[in-house]
Amino acid sequence: MILVKDNRCDFCGTCVAVCPVDAIELREADISIIHDTCIDCDICIWVCPIDVLSSDDKKEEVKHD
Amino acid sequence: MTDFDVIVVGGGPSGSMAAEAAVKGGAKTLLLEKDRDIGYPVRCGEGVGASGLKQFIEPDPQWIAATISKVRMRSPDNTKVDFGMKDAGYILHRRLFDYALANRAGQAGVEIQTRAYVDGLIVEDDAVKGVKYQYMGENKELTAKIVIAADGVESRVGRMARMRTATKLRDMDSGYQVTVGNVDIDQEMIDFFVGSNWAPGGYLWIFPKGNGMANIGLGVNGAFSKDFNAHDLTHKFLNEHFPKASILTSVCGGIPIAKTLKTITKNGIMLTGDAARMVNPVTGGGIITGMVGGRIAGEVAAAALQTGDLTPHGFKDYPARWQKAEGKTHDGLHRVANAIFDITDDKLNKMAHRLAKIPPDELSLMKIFTAVARQKPSILIDVTRAFAGV
Repeated sequence: MILVKDNRCDFCGTCVAVCPVDAIELREADISIIHDTCIDCDICIWVCPIDVLSSDDKKEEVKHD
Repeated sequence: MTDFDVIVVGGGPSGSMAAEAAVKGGAKTLLLEKDRDIGYPVRCGEGVGASGLKQFIEPDPQWIAATISKVRMRSPDNTKVDFGMKDAGYILHRRLFDYALANRAGQAGVEIQTRAYVDGLIVEDDAVKGVKYQYMGENKELTAKIVIAADGVESRVGRMARMRTATKLRDMDSGYQVTVGNVDIDQEMIDFFVGSNWAPGGYLWIFPKGNGMANIGLGVNGAFSKDFNAHDLTHKFLNEHFPKASILTSVCGGIPIAKTLKTITKNGIMLTGDAARMVNPVTGGGIITGMVGGRIAGEVAAAALQTGDLTPHGFKDYPARWQKAEGKTHDGLHRVANAIFDITDDKLNKMAHRLAKIPPDELSLMKIFTAVARQKPSILIDVTRAFAGV
């Protein structure tokens, strides 16, 4: 699951632009992940210029099981 | 009857140009901006070429921060290659520039509303018929014959119309920029750093902003962004090169360095500017090209309203004119960007050592390309294609 760090986002929309499934809602000063739509590809985490997003690493837990 | 003939979403340069062109073509036009201000925040290096700018507006000292006549490129080992510019350049105060364009659109008859966050489209019979938006916490709707989406890098309005706007990671630079004071730089020179140490897959820029100020920013290509963070690299650079700089503004943003979207029109809707990926894939510059696209979109929208054909067929002059104006060149430049993408730091240094021996007034872009071509001959084909448009 993609997590949003509190009080860090600059609302620039770079993550929105690369999200392949349109799972990020962004307005003037508010960002949220639509978890039902999100496919946990993590590219939003990488492309964010200021490290706002992170993963709770559920995928990796599954991998190691 | 619809509320408007044309609704433009986004009050940047592309949106303002589209709205102005539409209203001048006789369309009743509304421009919606999501933020409380037109022109703010500024997520942009703010550099433009003089001749490109003058196609649209006379330069006004109020929004020209600096006039550029010199370029410096630095290789990873900090070898400096200096050359002059054929066409002068400007660094803008986008905050005031965007205001001036929107004001001009308003004077031409465009209605403008800020704080209007578009969160949906009205769609009937597979055609866009208007927008849903929030204003001051209330949900509102307005109908229109044509929606022009100039909503920037996010390009969500196009997605709402089920158009493919998602950009590949490799076609996106992850950008960060600070506007700083207290830096001793040449106010007539733009200064670029290439190579993997500051901006892997992209470049770092220093653009003067007058009065001892500068925009210092960089773009890390998305393909490298997992391991390199734009914010951290920018601050590392400041610490090394300008430890006394005072940071007056800091912004982040994505720079879409993709080819123009394959499809920029659909029934009742056109995309333009960053939203349509109308950005130079090598330089990442998108102000003037966005204005080019916006103006064509607005003109074609007004013409389509006359014929009543609000389908891609009725809008066909828009992609055709855009391709001719900039799109074809961008396709070629995208190939160039791919060709130079994997040139190693070592090769960049070697090229710079050779070029640095040539006096700046004798150095031309052609000589630089020749040096690149020596390291990577395949690029010659790409460059030829870019400029021949094949």
